[in-house]
Amino acid sequence: MKAKFKLSNLYLVFVFIVIYLPIAYLIFYSFNTGATMDKFTGFSMKHYTTLLSDTRMISIVLNTVVIALLSSLLATLIGTLGALWINQLKRRSAKNAVLSVNNVLMVSPDVIIGASFLIFFSFLGFKLGFTSVLLSHIAFSIPIVVLMVLPKINEMPRTMIDAAYDLGASKWQALSRVILPTITPGIFAGYFMAFTYSLDDFAVTFFVTGNGFSTLSIEIYSRARQGVDLEVNALSTLMFLVSLLLVVGYYVLERYGHSRRVNRNKMMKGPNAQ
Amino acid sequence: MEMQKKSFFMVPYLAWIALFVVAPMALILYQSLFDITGHFTFSNYTSYLESTTYLKMTFNSIWYAFLITFFTLLISYPTAYLLNRLKNKRLWLLLIILPTWINLLLKTYAFIGLFSQNGSVNDFLRFVGAGSHQILFTDFSFIFVASYIEIPFMILPIFNSLDEINPSLINASRDLGASAWQTFKRVIVPLTMPGVKSGFQAVFIPSLSLFMITRLIGGNRVITLGTAIEEHFLVTQNWGMGSTIGVILIIAMFVVMFLTRERKSKGGQSR
Amino acid sequence: MKKLIAIFVGILAVCAVIAGLNHQMNAKTTSNEKKVLNIYNWGDYIDPDLITKFEKQTGYHVVYETFDSNEAMLTKIKQGGTSYDLTVPSDYTVQRMIKSGLVAKIDKSKLSNYKNIDSRFLNLSFDPNNDYSIPYFWGTLGIVYNDQFVQADQVQHWDQLWNPAFKKSIMLTDSARDMLGVALITQGHSMNTTNYSELKSAQEKLNLLMPNVKAVVADEIKMYMKQNEAKIAVTYSGEASEMMSYNKHLHYVVPDEGSNMWFDNIVIPKTAKHKAAAYDFINFMLEPKNAAQNAEYIGYSTPNKAAMKYLPADVRNDKQFYPAESTVKNLEVYKDLPLKVIGNYNDLFLEFKMSK
Repeated sequence: MKAKFKLSNLYLVFVFIVIYLPIAYLIFYSFNTGATMDKFTGFSMKHYTTLLSDTRMISIVLNTVVIALLSSLLATLIGTLGALWINQLKRRSAKNAVLSVNNVLMVSPDVIIGASFLIFFSFLGFKLGFTSVLLSHIAFSIPIVVLMVLPKINEMPRTMIDAAYDLGASKWQALSRVILPTITPGIFAGYFMAFTYSLDDFAVTFFVTGNGFSTLSIEIYSRARQGVDLEVNALSTLMFLVSLLLVVGYYVLERYGHSRRVNRNKMMKGPNAQ
Repeated sequence: MEMQKKSFFMVPYLAWIALFVVAPMALILYQSLFDITGHFTFSNYTSYLESTTYLKMTFNSIWYAFLITFFTLLISYPTAYLLNRLKNKRLWLLLIILPTWINLLLKTYAFIGLFSQNGSVNDFLRFVGAGSHQILFTDFSFIFVASYIEIPFMILPIFNSLDEINPSLINASRDLGASAWQTFKRVIVPLTMPGVKSGFQAVFIPSLSLFMITRLIGGNRVITLGTAIEEHFLVTQNWGMGSTIGVILIIAMFVVMFLTRERKSKGGQSR
Repeated sequence: MKKLIAIFVGILAVCAVIAGLNHQMNAKTTSNEKKVLNIYNWGDYIDPDLITKFEKQTGYHVVYETFDSNEAMLTKIKQGGTSYDLTVPSDYTVQRMIKSGLVAKIDKSKLSNYKNIDSRFLNLSFDPNNDYSIPYFWGTLGIVYNDQFVQADQVQHWDQLWNPAFKKSIMLTDSARDMLGVALITQGHSMNTTNYSELKSAQEKLNLLMPNVKAVVADEIKMYMKQNEAKIAVTYSGEASEMMSYNKHLHYVVPDEGSNMWFDNIVIPKTAKHKAAAYDFINFMLEPKNAAQNAEYIGYSTPNKAAMKYLPADVRNDKQFYPAESTVKNLEVYKDLPLKVIGNYNDLFLEFKMSK
């Protein structure tokens, strides 16, 4: 048993090493005195000082973060509602049909989505900029939220909700006291995935953005003609460290209130265990 | 059904479907019916079906998407399973997702640095006496990097469905005399099928339309439908043909969804 | 539920704070609202110091936005919803923009520095009278080789690329017109041909090159060549200068039997709202000292004759980037071909790429 445990840990360590290898590589070269990612010529912080004096870049980063936070928030909200609605569709075929429509934006290549959104917005006479980017990001993040939340709802025993109603809960109470707490992990997963999609998107944003609004991906891709410089590495390093701190910090905070929740969950799950 | 009355739930979601799914889909379909000079025609579809280039490309896309999904699943399932047994599992899960927040192009450049002739991987291989190898522009590097990108999208749903399994089910199975393997096969795997399915959808479907890394890592030795669409929209400006391939992709997606649909199965749903 | 709401509100609050911060930061820089200039250019395609200098000199505030391909930029301008005052398309795109009526006429009498441009680079086929465009940088298509693996005399001409000794060692640029163009030149045809049988035979010639091809890539070709990944690359002079500044083993050759000559040009889109500012900026960039500074920063060849004397001698006399007249006269500028023909180029090139 002990040997097996070690072996499994070894596997996880290996997976983590592979996942973090390119990140480590990027971070390592952000301290390079040279300007490329192939030869390390010496330690320097110069790419960081360049970054900190580049107000244009900082402003772009802030734009990117606001768009990502906000769009994934709204996408999570709409997507969760959508998943709840899909779940209560009675006919299996209807469910599958809606799900297929839901996934159209996931399979369509970004260029097509971007181009058709652009036509759509200009057809409506929409001014391109923050709002059009925000709407587009919400739009392409919704399907992944639905995909993350729906299995959680499906796994929820029907009897649990019925029990809530039997005990006199209103629809709102059933939702807020029973359903939502149970599917919270799915909602978080959806939010994180939506956030990821938004941060990483280039093609859609490119098409639907307008005067005076740019995001990090656009900046990085359009710099590719000259070769991405290490200022971007420095930026990514900082962003990575900040998100690492946030994630760990969030986790520690969550642990703080953990024991209380466990008790509540136990009470709720108890009757349905068998 | 009491829940049916909560119809206000679906309003924003349906609005989204109408405005951002149906409308663009109609636009794509409409555009696929025009040739490069703007004449109404079905020629895009006929030339797609007649051209060996496009059929070969379609086959390539499906084959590579399948391989990518297969390897992603192969790595992700054990990872999700083992993660789920760790003490601070949520934290570890977040740490798996975190690298996806770094820009994709930048990570791809890092892979180029790692995999190149004089890159770190070849340095290591030479150091252990295995000699240097051509890693970039091979099927291996392409599938490796594509799987790398997709792994978090597979781990997350599987992890969530594992997380949901009530431990008492496993205990019950063990009490009834099932071995660890039997429990895994008969209890855990069926219960995680929904997670595997959403992971499959979240990985296979986007893999059909990969571009960029097909060029950067694959050196255009692998050409997928996504690459072709990219070219038609941004280089050839032949939006008609690009849209036609887009329609094909959407059809492919419907097929995948149909094959992985939720069925009345004996396993997890029978509760 | 309470937790979900708390997180929801928390995220909204964080957004508000960041947006506020961002607004304040921008407010500091955009104090005088009216004097704005919106530039839409390739990423990192101007010396940022020049923008600062321009802002100081004239009091304008420059908003600099970026794109990564001609076609993508064209789509954006065509669809509307934006109003850029300046953008920088390449030659054939200029022609296309003129045809579609997307660009405004330029009144050259307002540009006192127009005379600084080398007359060789004016009145070219894509804009016969320079009524719409002002050349910004120019360059060529050529061969980059790494002297650790290849001798200079092995790669002076396009035909030499077919040498069996170069098995799996050439990187091509992912561009139908450039690569088919190379094959066309070796067969004595024009790079602007619209003749299908010429194109077909060029493709057949190109297919024979496939065993030597290591990869077909785009911008990242620089990174590969810097890292000694391939022996030879077919690419643009701009890319070449960039990689050569990092890897001393790399050299650039423009085959004298012919090649492509390209131009990136400043144009004013019809939708521009600050035309006066646009003129000021073009004139500013045409000033010899500024043009020289920009050319040194970017590393591309400047069409500004008066700027040459401000460039270091080793740059000015570099035959790789300022080739001899005998070579220049064999260079061809791309014309904007009919869409059908461009379709042929792309279909044939796609077939070539699939033929491995």
